[in-house]
Amino acid sequence: MTEYVLRFIAGGAIVSAFAILGDMLRPKSFGGLLSAAPSVALATLGIAVVQHGPQYAAAESWTMIYGAVALACYSLAVCHLLMRSRLTALPATIIALLVWLAVAFGLLAGLGGTA
Amino acid sequence: MLVKLSASALKQTRWYEYGVRFLLGGLATVLAGIASTRFGVAVGGLFLALPAVFCASATLIESHARRAKEKAGFSRRRRGQQAAALDAAGAGLGSIGLAAFAATFYASVSMNVIGAFAIAILVWAAVSVSAWWLRRMLRNPSHHKRPERLQRSGGRGLFP
Repeated sequence: MTEYVLRFIAGGAIVSAFAILGDMLRPKSFGGLLSAAPSVALATLGIAVVQHGPQYAAAESWTMIYGAVALACYSLAVCHLLMRSRLTALPATIIALLVWLAVAFGLLAGLGGTA
Repeated sequence: MLVKLSASALKQTRWYEYGVRFLLGGLATVLAGIASTRFGVAVGGLFLALPAVFCASATLIESHARRAKEKAGFSRRRRGQQAAALDAAGAGLGSIGLAAFAATFYASVSMNVIGAFAIAILVWAAVSVSAWWLRRMLRNPSHHKRPERLQRSGGRGLFP
């Protein structure tokens, strides 16, 4: 339980810090770079190294690459939904999660885990 | 346009909006931990790039743009969608940096853990900024020579 409380606080703090920095940056497309900041990764990989060692964290970071590719597809899908389908942000970002799930798990199924 | 850091942008954000981001960030990190424990390290790794917080960020950006344009008397809905789409375009470029972060961490963590984090963050920043700059140059190589009216319109492409 303590581990999950620590994860929650560390993750929340790092995500908030990057989000505040992203809010302050102009132009908006540059600030958007921080929407893809490794905020969850910093907290999770830090805890993984302490708990399980560097090899475990390395294996986790390998499949994170698939997640990042899926995030690129997700962002493109959100852009399409906002600009072409004219959906508002909340439904667009939620519907596009299907794209993230399909690409991330498709890459994992096709390419496998640690190299 | 030069990259600027504006503290006044924080005044637009309400206190509960910071709370929502903290909550979603914390939950996404807990979810990544649960996924690793339940389904293995490979599945857990995927969740390190989960866009959980993006839903909240895009919604907040959209509402801030709407409020700003409402004050100025412009069309609110479309401006809000464009602002959120700009953020998504930035996130798409940032995801290249995120992949570079993961690859760098993977290659260097067995040598030095602290060094791996430091190098990976630097690589993330360098790759993300380079991708943003490259896209800007390719999309609009003579940006500074464009008439002011066209610069304000922001072009007609998919990405505003």
